[in-house]
Amino acid sequence: MWTWFHKLASPPHVYRIAGRLTPWFGWTAFLLIAAALYGGLVLAPPDYQQGDAYRIIYVHAPSAWMSLFIYVTMAVAAAVGLIWRIKLAHAVAASAAPVGASFTFAALATGALWGQPMWGTWWVWDARLTSELILLFLYLGFMALRASIDDVQRADRASALLAIVGVVNVPIIHYSVVWWNTLHQAPTVTKMGAPSISLTMLIPLLMMIVGFNIYFLAVLLIRVRGEILRRERSAGWIREQVRA
Amino acid sequence: MSAVAQAVMRPTTALHAGWLLFERDLRLAMRRWEHVADPLVFFLMVTTLFPLALSPELSRLRDVAPGVLWVAALLSSLLAADTLLKSDAQDGTLEQYLLSGQPLTLLLLAKTAAHWILTGFPLVLVSPLVAVALGAPAESLDTIMLGLTIGTLTLSLLGAIGAALTIGLRRGSLLLSLLVMPLAMPLLIFGARSSELAIGGHSAAGPLYLLASLLVLAVTLAPLTAAAAVRISID
Repeated sequence: MWTWFHKLASPPHVYRIAGRLTPWFGWTAFLLIAAALYGGLVLAPPDYQQGDAYRIIYVHAPSAWMSLFIYVTMAVAAAVGLIWRIKLAHAVAASAAPVGASFTFAALATGALWGQPMWGTWWVWDARLTSELILLFLYLGFMALRASIDDVQRADRASALLAIVGVVNVPIIHYSVVWWNTLHQAPTVTKMGAPSISLTMLIPLLMMIVGFNIYFLAVLLIRVRGEILRRERSAGWIREQVRA
Repeated sequence: MSAVAQAVMRPTTALHAGWLLFERDLRLAMRRWEHVADPLVFFLMVTTLFPLALSPELSRLRDVAPGVLWVAALLSSLLAADTLLKSDAQDGTLEQYLLSGQPLTLLLLAKTAAHWILTGFPLVLVSPLVAVALGAPAESLDTIMLGLTIGTLTLSLLGAIGAALTIGLRRGSLLLSLLVMPLAMPLLIFGARSSELAIGGHSAAGPLYLLASLLVLAVTLAPLTAAAAVRISID
């Protein structure tokens, strides 16, 4: 019954199904993001305070969500690789890191673009912005450690340990706006009680988040295939795959 | 059996092994005590840079004194962190620790304690002089020293993780700094805040408690993590 799960540790199997699943995830993500963009840019009403300028939230909030989600994914994959010694888990962590770092950068950049007209400043050292910046440094440190160790196994395991140590930062980022009442606004969706945002604005936002998640899956599958090719380049099954 | 033979054959307890390692590190370092002074001199020079670069006016320096003290302490600790495991890794003693059958966590805790006495503790001792030179009032000095004691202890422990992850890598020292700095940022925030409150004449209890909680977290988890990292780095 669990054979499908155990097969996920096999590089040739994952290479094949990743190749088959990617177009499905890719097109689904494209449609969801397109629909969410239409909902967010056209259908949603302008904000009573910020007018139309708030609409960057449809890129900013999903990017920030993805930056945290991908870091946790990376840390979990790293832990799986470390505990059960599954090489493919390390490959997933290695593939996810640059995507997560890009989303973190996007969150910071779109936040700065939003902050300039709204708050009058490109940057402020409040708790959430600072801890998101620390998250970017943690991603970069993970990638730097991996890049500076030549032995693949040592690189995998050392960076896995680093990822697990850094995961402590993720709850700090999420709860920073609750613990410190500074400039960045408090949570409106992921809090107790009903979301304090109107439904016509909320639905495109949630669609965008789901769309970004599926996009991440598609990109992750493509990158994992590349990672598998690199690690297994001397294996026999690679030549058959390339011929097929 | 003679007393000496009995003593040699008695199995060493983990605590005793830790104590022996602690003593050994201190003794070895004191034979080259000029190197012990390196992080201290770095700290003094960095804190001197700021009055030269910003302004010699004590009233203006007082505003930046907490930040300068803590950033300089952080940078000195990062610079010194590499020396924790480097010589042991080079001459094969690190493998002997792994083979000894003693708990690596405890051995690393002992090494980190010795390392703090050699690198962090001198910073704490010299900090009142530096703080006064940067315009801090005399009443704030004991809070500043307390904060720096807790902070440098935590930094030594975090540095141990970084050192263990980067054993034997080329440019490992720079990479170590990059890896440890994000982990040390909350410490910097709370530490500087505690010194700032003390200099302003207020109670620094809040940030000091937070600093202490970071130390407790580091003391319990950092040696474990560093031991795992040593095993990864040495096979």
